[in-house]
Amino acid sequence: MSPLIKNIIRFALFVLIQVFVLDRIHLHQLVTPYLYFLFILWMPFKMNRSWQMVIAFLLGITLDAFHHHPGFHAAACVLIAFIRPYLINLFIPQEGAESNYNEPSVKSMGGYLPYFIFVTVLTIIHHAWLFLLEAWQFGNLWYFFGNTLFSTAISLLLIIITELLFVRKQKFKTNTI
Amino acid sequence: MFSKTALEVTGNISSRYNRVQYYFLLDKTNDELLKANERLLNQQKQNFSQPDTGNLLSAGPGINDTLSANRKWLYHAAKVVQQSIIQQNNYVIIHRGSNQQLRNDLGVVDINNGVVGKIVETSENFSAIMSLLHKDSKVSAKLFKYPDVAGTIFWDGKTPNIVELIGIPKSLKVAKGDSVITSGLTATYPAGYMIGQVAEVSPDKSSSNYQIKIKTTVNFYNVQMVYAIDNLEQDEIKALEKKLEKKNH
Repeated sequence: MSPLIKNIIRFALFVLIQVFVLDRIHLHQLVTPYLYFLFILWMPFKMNRSWQMVIAFLLGITLDAFHHHPGFHAAACVLIAFIRPYLINLFIPQEGAESNYNEPSVKSMGGYLPYFIFVTVLTIIHHAWLFLLEAWQFGNLWYFFGNTLFSTAISLLLIIITELLFVRKQKFKTNTI
Repeated sequence: MFSKTALEVTGNISSRYNRVQYYFLLDKTNDELLKANERLLNQQKQNFSQPDTGNLLSAGPGINDTLSANRKWLYHAAKVVQQSIIQQNNYVIIHRGSNQQLRNDLGVVDINNGVVGKIVETSENFSAIMSLLHKDSKVSAKLFKYPDVAGTIFWDGKTPNIVELIGIPKSLKVAKGDSVITSGLTATYPAGYMIGQVAEVSPDKSSSNYQIKIKTTVNFYNVQMVYAIDNLEQDEIKALEKKLEKKNH
């Protein structure tokens, strides 16, 4: 399957699962898990950063349309799409390794530790920014801290489960470009 | 413009999903409708016998013509397709819009006469309701026991299904479980619709008022059917207000 079609299907699935399954979960009436931004983390290495941000914006604004919100998810998504390339450069095992594989995964990032640090940092940034924007409406500090902490924990758990359940087959390409 | 189109598109997808989800809630909704019907049946005229015919005369003939221009409130039933709870600004989306006679600023109640919120945006076939659990939601309310004192309902953004009532002076006796109803002072809701019951009363140290926490009648986790209430006099009131503004300037 071509990467374009694969990513379009992924986009639709992530949005639908987020809106119709995960958004209906309210743990202790406070915490909702978020998984849809995994789409941004899974985007191909070899993609123009501006395009990454445009696609992240589209993903965010789709979520916002469902929530009837003025762009909180869009803001958080564009932020992590902007930061993502820096983090990849930081954690990728060696020079040029991103041409061996298509997209970030446990295998292409060289083990569990670097990959999950990559995922954790972006999850925290995404959630913190999202809940900061929401909490500002009331000036509700505990909403921000509580939700960021617990939602991050739950989202990370979900991401780990997703990674274990849906192993993405990653073909090793030769590093001679 | 964007939000209108977005409402139409997402509303469409949500209503498809809701068709499946609603199936599992049919028995619950059925029970609620039965209860609502029972309440309405009990209000019917033939349930009351009036032995004294003079009594009837003194009550006057009344105006019962439902088609005449005397009607003030008009009810529109609608199906909920999507609701949010735990955001800081929550909306309920219903499957009825400007093509079906809805417009902005209509009050919305559920089938058990509990206040849900008010319409803030309409597209052709869908409307977005700003629920009580919203930053900008303010409803004029009073305690059922003291119909003369009106306060304001707002949400502090902390717990779903719990709202706050301010403006009730400490001289009144407020107890847990007291009913709180709409005051009818605004053009949005008729008087007497349930908002909730008092859950917690605490005196506000900095003023002579209480801080009252209220458990809402509507369970916002599961609203399936609502009525939008159109105030047919609203346009006239608004025109009058505009005239007054002109006069004052």
